[in-house]
Amino acid sequence: MKSLHQCAAERILIIDGAMGTMIQRYKLQESDYRGKRFADHHSDVKGNNELLSITRPDIIEAIHREYLEAGADIIETNTFSATVIAQADYDLQHLAAEMNTASVKVARKAADDFTARNPEKPRFVAGAIGPLNKTLSISPDVNNPGFRSVTFDEVVDAYYEQIKALTEAGADILLIETIFDTLNAKGAIFAIKKYFRESGRPQLPVMISGTITDASGRTLSGQTLEAFYISVMHAKPFSIGLNCALGGSQMRPYVEELSQIANCYVSCYPNAGLPNTFGEYDETPHETACILEDFAKEGFVNIVGGCCGTTPDHIRHIAQHVKDIAPRPLPIVEATLA
Amino acid sequence: MSTTHTIRPFLRLSGLEPLVVRPETNFLNVGERTNVTGSKKFARLIREGLYEEALSVARQQVESGAQIIDVNMDDALLDGEKAMTTFLNLLASEPDISRIPVMIDSSKFSVIEAGLKCLQGKCIVNSISLKEGEEKFIDQAIICQSYGASVVVMAFDENGQADTLEKRVTICQRAYDILVDRVGFDPQDIIFDPNIFAIATGIEEHNNYAVDFIEACRQIKQRMPLAKISGGVSNVSFSFRGNDVMREAMHSVFLFHAIRAGLDMGIVNAGMIQIYDEINPEMRELVEDAILNRRDDATERLIAYADTVKAKGKVIEKDETWRKGTVEERLSHALVNGITDYIEADTEEARQKYPRPLEVIEGPLMDGMNIVGDLFGSGKMFLPQVVKSARVMKKSVAVLTPFIEEEKARYVAENGGVIKSAGKILLATVKGDVHDIGKNIVGVVLGCNGYDIIDLGVMVPAEKILQAARDEKVDIIGLSGLITPSLDEMVHIARELKRQNFDIPLLIGGATTSRTHTAVKIAPEYDNGVVHVLDASRSVTVTGNLLNKSLHKNFLSEVKQEYHKLNEQFRNKKPVKQYLTLADARANKVPVDWNAFTPVKPVQPGIHEFQHYDLGEIAEYIDWNPFFIAWELHGKFPAILKDEVVGQQASDLFKDAQAMLKKIIDEKWLTARAVIGLFPANSNGLDTVIATSPDGAQVPLEFLRQQIKKAPGQPNISLSDFIAPAETGKQDWIGGFAVTAGEGIEKWLDKFKKEHDDYSSIMLKALADRLAEAFTELLHERVRKEFWGYATEEHLSNDQLIAEEYLGIRPAPGYPACPEHTEKYKLFDLLGATASTGITLTESLAMYPAASVSGWYFANPQSKYFGLGKIERDQLRDYAERKGWDLETAEKWLRPSLD
Repeated sequence: MKSLHQCAAERILIIDGAMGTMIQRYKLQESDYRGKRFADHHSDVKGNNELLSITRPDIIEAIHREYLEAGADIIETNTFSATVIAQADYDLQHLAAEMNTASVKVARKAADDFTARNPEKPRFVAGAIGPLNKTLSISPDVNNPGFRSVTFDEVVDAYYEQIKALTEAGADILLIETIFDTLNAKGAIFAIKKYFRESGRPQLPVMISGTITDASGRTLSGQTLEAFYISVMHAKPFSIGLNCALGGSQMRPYVEELSQIANCYVSCYPNAGLPNTFGEYDETPHETACILEDFAKEGFVNIVGGCCGTTPDHIRHIAQHVKDIAPRPLPIVEATLA
Repeated sequence: MSTTHTIRPFLRLSGLEPLVVRPETNFLNVGERTNVTGSKKFARLIREGLYEEALSVARQQVESGAQIIDVNMDDALLDGEKAMTTFLNLLASEPDISRIPVMIDSSKFSVIEAGLKCLQGKCIVNSISLKEGEEKFIDQAIICQSYGASVVVMAFDENGQADTLEKRVTICQRAYDILVDRVGFDPQDIIFDPNIFAIATGIEEHNNYAVDFIEACRQIKQRMPLAKISGGVSNVSFSFRGNDVMREAMHSVFLFHAIRAGLDMGIVNAGMIQIYDEINPEMRELVEDAILNRRDDATERLIAYADTVKAKGKVIEKDETWRKGTVEERLSHALVNGITDYIEADTEEARQKYPRPLEVIEGPLMDGMNIVGDLFGSGKMFLPQVVKSARVMKKSVAVLTPFIEEEKARYVAENGGVIKSAGKILLATVKGDVHDIGKNIVGVVLGCNGYDIIDLGVMVPAEKILQAARDEKVDIIGLSGLITPSLDEMVHIARELKRQNFDIPLLIGGATTSRTHTAVKIAPEYDNGVVHVLDASRSVTVTGNLLNKSLHKNFLSEVKQEYHKLNEQFRNKKPVKQYLTLADARANKVPVDWNAFTPVKPVQPGIHEFQHYDLGEIAEYIDWNPFFIAWELHGKFPAILKDEVVGQQASDLFKDAQAMLKKIIDEKWLTARAVIGLFPANSNGLDTVIATSPDGAQVPLEFLRQQIKKAPGQPNISLSDFIAPAETGKQDWIGGFAVTAGEGIEKWLDKFKKEHDDYSSIMLKALADRLAEAFTELLHERVRKEFWGYATEEHLSNDQLIAEEYLGIRPAPGYPACPEHTEKYKLFDLLGATASTGITLTESLAMYPAASVSGWYFANPQSKYFGLGKIERDQLRDYAERKGWDLETAEKWLRPSLD
């Protein structure tokens, strides 16, 4: 079977679309989230999507299958907020590791089924590592800019547990995504390096995907795109890219810039446009696909897919539109200044 | 199209911005004053916990040219880890400082690691070394690598600090091999510090220190070309402490030679370097003798010379209180900082000082506003500040106006003729539209830039705009609009301008307008210049280009070309989309299992009025995000308050908004009224919903259906799908609402106008809009839980409400799911809305007062918002028939949905 690197060298890879958007379609209620096991949990858990990997794995697997059916090469595990820090909102810290294990399990099963059906197109499971609901570079208290609601060590511990569970359950890739505070991402990178150093396992490929929040071209924590990339280069990532906050058309200049400065593969999975007055994403699959096709033709990208508001239809259209376009060639990394 | 890029092995660092050290970078200044061992002042500030002031030391370093900032907290009396953490966390909230990379400087590795935990950018660790053996060196290097930091490696090993050329080079080579081969460090991330020691100390062995250092640089660069070299430059002149003239000269001469030998960066006081060529030649020769160890008596001669130069005191002038400045300075300060407190007195003082009142405007006031304009243009100032500056300007001008008028009258009486301004600009919100926040902001910003603004207000018919343009001999016409029918009105005005042979440019702005719409629909109608202006900040450049005789032609032809291209792109893009016939689209409606679902009968059907609703209760439902967008501050609330770039402005604005909101509530500036109604209704399978009014009349509500070809399994939605078809035999319901929070606003707007206070005027309108939306949100919640009662168990926070996590929707006629505006008449009739709320509809179906919202309620759990997209001719004909319209009328009202 072809490795991830071989696949990426040959063609543009497709990463799946939004998980949350798809879960919303099920209109799940509090009781669906709880299942039997958490029927008596003392706080509300509706909206805790990661819990569904334990209580409704059938739904998560069905969504994975829809994306695989649509042509995704890489599917993301349902683990965006499966950390002790993010789960504290629901007082379910103790389940963080289990959520990761369960999420990899369903994704693994779906991906392996599809790979078995067509070994020419192997499918990969990316362990999704989200940005946390607390930031290391930004004070939550306007009047006390030096204050931090979380420490670097706490962030490293939380990510370490997540990374360990994702890796040991069989993820193929670790994906640090939706980075709006680079220092949080640096905590995740630190934890990855620490885990693989300590476990002695071969390190998994790492995908890094930042978020440019608006037309200022900066991350929420204020870095320019190039400053952001420089700050995470030490992860020696498999790919660097952008996702969330913007639609593809707003991302264009930044994806172009990344394609010029990145010494690894470049990924881009935008939202389905900007939200409309109702906070909905109404860019059609066709429109999103046309935008990404343009990126592909320009030689900007190696991995494309969707973020908020995108659906299996979007992924299907995207896959169709880029299937005959050559991927961005990896840059030549020179060893001397001469 | 793909090109293969080349990535070169440069040292790359970052703060908020990147710092890439290329061969041509020459030399990097590392600011040294934020070092408790080197700066007494900084040490005292940190010891006393005066971190705010300590930050100003850092800021000063950046301002005087430091490209990296060295931070050192090694003081026996300090908790180094805590001080480092506190200082770096505070530094992170100062974007003007944290834009550059940090060098964490400590002899204690625990302090270094504390620092590494605070920095999002790629920093430099200063330093690690082989002092305590290889094992420790490797451990520390791995930690630095895990944080993604570059490292300074001191030329130090188990036997001590390298003080000869040979030891320097050998130790550096050994460290390099370990880092690259065993730790896997990128060579370009290694920075050597081969020890700069003091020379001219009187001890003979010290005389060759500088020469050895310089030569070490050369050899290290030869052997390890990607590695970098740094050093503590001020060490070299340590024996001349207290004599800054000597020290500066020594630094310059030393750097001159060391940089040529390969020194890449140095820790220096950026304000303490002389320019090599500007050093007194006699002195330079003496210094050079000592640095390069060219004569045995170099030290003696240098010391002798040093006594003859006196250290010049360097005092940085700073006005403690701006009130002590000249009147011009005070006016400028007041304008830039938006302070109105003294503006009247200061203006009067200036008027008496200048021969003519107009010269006060043309002189100090315009100078101040130019600074504001430059700061705004370069993104260093934000819209709310500019509007505040404009308020100061207007107040000042108001003081001068009577005197200017008097003078003008005198001038005209004596000489005849007229007086010309920078340009006259007519602004208007087009017929049928009442929204003017954006237009007013443009007026203020252009006014600040010296243009005469003629603002015709809202709902201005084309004839009036053209007439005023002719009468006032304006140079530019600017049109604004928020609702979709305004787009057609703009097209109409463009046609009229052409028909009536106008030759002045037309600017298009407002929330529904776009570059594409302008290029495709408006620009082709008028040949003498149509430009879409995205926001207030662009209006200045565009106007400037248009009114500049030498730029005018080029600018317009560029815009024309661009629009022509957009137009072509737009037309070429069209055939890609595929549509279903209306019949097929209807066959693919939203599948609702009506056997399994029974619509909930409202608990309290019929009409309910709300008069003088409590504004305080409404305010709790405000979604602040659109408020900041109205002020062109971009970011999510509440994070925007802490935004690196606009946070301060957003916080100030929010404070002002809260203060005004309190007054609006406490002093009842506005009156909130609303009416809701819940009516029996069924759909008929042909996209019509038949509602029964309270007096028993059957009212057909007409909806449109998506016609674009969808992916398999995706329905072609119409809002009518969410209402049970009559054939199911189940009684369903539809709701309607009309809400306003704008009553009473006129009185206050007049007041602000009289006070020349656009800031408060815009603020009040923006808040009224927010209150109307919040009132809508509140009522929708009450409808769900109380009046209709289909979601009695719902418990949602305001954030969840904003995120629409509830069942059911409230689409408004004229918005994406039901874009045809005239259905609003039926909505208003059903509700008796005008009688109970005072809201009226303009001929374009805009609501007046502007701070009003109306729409339908749908309760079906499957109901959701969607965009209609484009429709085909068969639906257009069907809709015209249903509405009893001819095709032309249907085309007019459905134009935004037609290709």
